Amino acid sequence: MNRIIKIILLDILKNKIVLGYTLILAILSWSSFALEDNSAKGLLTILNVILFTVPLVSILFSTIYLYNSSEFIELLLSQPVKRQKIWFSLFIGLSSSMVFSFLAGAGIPLLINATDSVGVMMIIVGCLVSVVFVALAFLSSILTRDKAKGIGIAIIIWLYFALLFDGMVLFLLFQFADYPIETAMVGITGLSPIDLARIQILLHLDVSAMMGYTGAIFKDFFGTSVGLIVSFLLLSLWAVVPFYISLKKFNRKDL
Amino acid sequence: MIQITDLNKKFGKLEVLKNVNLNCNKGECIALIGPNGCGKTTLIKSILGMVLPDKGLITFNEKPIKKEYLYREKIGYMPQIGRYPDNMTIGQVIEMIKQIRNTDQELDEDLLKAFELEKMSDKKMRTLSGGTTQKVSATLAFLFNPDVLILDEPTAGLDPLASEILKDKIIREKEKGKLILITSHLLSELDDLITEIIFMQEGNVLFHKNIAELKSETHEHKISKAIAKILKRTRKNEPNH
Repeated sequence: MNRIIKIILLDILKNKIVLGYTLILAILSWSSFALEDNSAKGLLTILNVILFTVPLVSILFSTIYLYNSSEFIELLLSQPVKRQKIWFSLFIGLSSSMVFSFLAGAGIPLLINATDSVGVMMIIVGCLVSVVFVALAFLSSILTRDKAKGIGIAIIIWLYFALLFDGMVLFLLFQFADYPIETAMVGITGLSPIDLARIQILLHLDVSAMMGYTGAIFKDFFGTSVGLIVSFLLLSLWAVVPFYISLKKFNRKDL
Repeated sequence: MIQITDLNKKFGKLEVLKNVNLNCNKGECIALIGPNGCGKTTLIKSILGMVLPDKGLITFNEKPIKKEYLYREKIGYMPQIGRYPDNMTIGQVIEMIKQIRNTDQELDEDLLKAFELEKMSDKKMRTLSGGTTQKVSATLAFLFNPDVLILDEPTAGLDPLASEILKDKIIREKEKGKLILITSHLLSELDDLITEIIFMQEGNVLFHKNIAELKSETHEHKISKAIAKILKRTRKNEPNH
């Protein structure tokens, strides 16, 4: 497996996009710490940046990369290489390069400026979110042979999780404001990896005190170590399930 | 060496392969011919495991190939339209395949030298002409001394000189007792190469015959004429078609 991953990693490195992404993350993180006077505010700014750009770049870059590697995949398939191995290598290559650029771009300023547990938490969450959206990219690129359609699906997935889902949750909140839906909200959060990540971080910041009753319910669940483990497991599931489905589909695909 | 039983494949509603049965043995040089879209490439890709059949069994050296991959070490495949990563150079592609195969056996670099690919080894794949891409494909197919060579339209797009080089190479490999499977439309090119002929039509194998047998049966010396004769005869036998 190592040889193929090495080839893929070298190929991604040659692509300047990943370097540019690292640079942008670095500029954003350093400047938000420089602009805010306390690190908690800086963290909050970075959180929003991370939850917006990291999923977008991860899913778009990976989807386009996968479509562009169709020749590479075809070439490898006529060689003595297991089908699964090709798909796994692509996944490991793409997700590790996304994770590395996140670590280099946002991880370093976080470690320097926010030395408490929240900083570490943010790094872990950012890495997980990168992997989740790479996995979703695998799913969207296997769903259709048409490149334009595949990229469209990727953008819709990102739009849905980054914007639409929040809108729907807010709508539900207002519609059912008279009912005790706070506990149900905890469950609904699990339906979006971005929200899982956001709540995970917010609850570790002081601002969670301002989130009212819902915030208290969230803290009751996500604040405990069981809740923490469950939410990390959920995030990991968001990476495993889409990738597993795409792997099954890839194994049955005609090339 | 390669045995195919009751192979079926559908692309959507289109039946591409219908109950294909074939038996290919060592030392044979088989021409797989038939009109466009009769399922030749699909058949070849099924043998390579790139297309997964709906029904049927393919065995390679008596072992079913389903979910296997190591058998491909013994196959050299030259695709009809070679598709390679655009931004890699010829040298990088060849180097990459070498890394992936990772064998310590001696490499067969005859074609690499004959086609003078080493001179252009830092040309990007994207900039190559169709013929040069075919040369790269051919080189890769022969590079690892495989027991089986599967060549999909090998001479299409090659200039006469290159196609002569390739034909000579095929004949030399045939004499080593390898199984060679060629698809082609140019029957005249195959005359001095092949020992067996498989004719496919609309996903069926119409006939699979030895060349000598075919020639004596039809009293023709040229393969193309012999085939035309057989086709006429089968049409007469089935007036409904």
